[in-house]
Amino acid sequence: MVPLSYYLILSGILFACGVTGFLIKRNIITIFLSIELMLNGANLSFVAFAAQWHALSGQVFVFFVMVVAAAEAAVGLAIIIAVFRTRETLNVDRVNLLKL
Amino acid sequence: MLSIETFVIVSVIKIVIALFVLLTAVAYTVWLERKVVGHIQNRWGPTRVGPFGLLQPLADGIKFLFKEDLTPPHVYKPLYIAAPMIALVCALTSISVIPVGNWVTVAGVHTPLQITDLNIGLLLILGITSMGVYGVALAGWSSNNKYSLLGGLRASAQMVSYEVSLGLSLVGVLILAGSFSLRDIVEAQGGHFWGFIPKWNIFYGGQIIAFFIYLISAYAETNRVPFDLPEAESELVAGYHTEYSAMKFAMFFMAEYANMITVACVASLLFLGGWHGPVFGPPILQAILPIFWFVLRVFGFLFVYIWVRGTLPRFRYDQLMAFGWKFLLPLAIANLVITALVVTLRS
Amino acid sequence: MEVHSGIEPMIHLTLFLLFGGICVAGAVNLLAQRHPINSALSLVVVMGSLAGEYLLLGAEFVAAIQVIIYAGAIMVLFVFVIMLLNAGEEERTGGSRVALLFGVPGMLIGTVLMAWVLLERSGTQAVSMGALPGAPKTIGWLLFHDFLLPFEVTSVLVLIAIMGAVVLASHPESVQQRNKER
Repeated sequence: MVPLSYYLILSGILFACGVTGFLIKRNIITIFLSIELMLNGANLSFVAFAAQWHALSGQVFVFFVMVVAAAEAAVGLAIIIAVFRTRETLNVDRVNLLKL
Repeated sequence: MLSIETFVIVSVIKIVIALFVLLTAVAYTVWLERKVVGHIQNRWGPTRVGPFGLLQPLADGIKFLFKEDLTPPHVYKPLYIAAPMIALVCALTSISVIPVGNWVTVAGVHTPLQITDLNIGLLLILGITSMGVYGVALAGWSSNNKYSLLGGLRASAQMVSYEVSLGLSLVGVLILAGSFSLRDIVEAQGGHFWGFIPKWNIFYGGQIIAFFIYLISAYAETNRVPFDLPEAESELVAGYHTEYSAMKFAMFFMAEYANMITVACVASLLFLGGWHGPVFGPPILQAILPIFWFVLRVFGFLFVYIWVRGTLPRFRYDQLMAFGWKFLLPLAIANLVITALVVTLRS
Repeated sequence: MEVHSGIEPMIHLTLFLLFGGICVAGAVNLLAQRHPINSALSLVVVMGSLAGEYLLLGAEFVAAIQVIIYAGAIMVLFVFVIMLLNAGEEERTGGSRVALLFGVPGMLIGTVLMAWVLLERSGTQAVSMGALPGAPKTIGWLLFHDFLLPFEVTSVLVLIAIMGAVVLASHPESVQQRNKER
């Protein structure tokens, strides 16, 4: 019998790590990975609360979060490839001019 | 119901037996391939070591053990060492949900001939296949060599593309069986119709097209001819395993053949009726005969694998990807829709 | 299988701490690594251990889908792009040093505060091992009855994402012409 708050704390730690990565990292792909980490933390919250309230819709919603994460990853990585082709760098601090 | 100690002991024994059988099967699949391809190409294959060359896998194993395991200096070491381990672990884990026979009673313990019967057994196999892509991709990248990188990228793109049609071709079977558990899927194929034709999914379930989609996707998933461009010698040196030698190369090799065997087992369970077959005689024979029928089907599937390898030329990479996305995927979706319609209209 | 009810909470807590420990270690490793490929592989480890956590909560189908789709397809896409672009390790610029100095302790304090609030005042009960079994059949029923509209909308979303990704990642004509003129 694990208290639900333990699951929520784990979810919160993952989310906090994701936010930290998003703010301190300079490589655009690592920033995207931090976004995925945040989404995973949220998924854990969904499943934990579904177990608490015996509502399966919590588990169903995890699917929608995953689909959104997939779509966002696909489009985001395509944008990264397009930016890399012109700027030759993946460092967000160097992509700071509107025109080359 | 078993007590926890008995359960653990029985499971450990099953795991040891399954791993031993799987590794021996891998070794002898290599022997079978060399013999069959040799005869197709009008030559003998291994004949020197032991009768009919049957001890050849042993000689190969000894050779791999004693070969110099050299690590090139400019590789990215952690991933270089981890990649063949990932490939081999993923290839060997799938055996844990594959049932080979009915429930048996051995030494007073009533247990299924399967390490564990998960409710989501088929999904576990699909998940492990998805994780196997990492072994190939990381091997290609960590070798720090443009041929390896290209081979690794091509192989993993191919595996990911054909995973989709592989999964979709299995959904028709799932609709018919109503469960992801492999044992339930096999048990739904028991019995006969029209007197003597067995109710396998390929006949009664009408999944013949799905069977061929599965067959073709499986060839692409395991990087075998006609889809073996990423590891062909004449194309990309040796693709993603260019920089590997001795034991690490042997691990990739074993992983490929273990994947072949897993795929053959899944096809036998889902399409060819599992272990159903004539069962007669005393209880010991009744326990062993289903295993024999299952092994017969797996052997037949592996023989077709090897036969195709000896016969067909290989696809070019763009032909391969176009075939997977533009032909197999719509066909698999159409098969799924038609199966769902037929099942709904029938009930 | 009959398990002595005395030992089950212990097994549940041990497994939770094991998977949770691997999760947090992977998340911290994602932050600590300089090369994006190591971060991506740490994230795969996080997703795998999260699948274990979902199994502890009884969500078997969600755990399988997490491994197949999230760890097995989305992360493969990330690893592909990292391998293709091959940009190398991250460089430390001025702005990131400041963010590191103030952000990491701040986030740590925030996390500790949140954990304290959750432990003291959340008012939630304990969940048992496998608390809410999420069989594929029941989830499928919900997905196609109660959640049909979100399901169809997400399928359109995925279609749009595919089209967008193909258009964005293809070679633009103007770049090719500019290269020819040089």
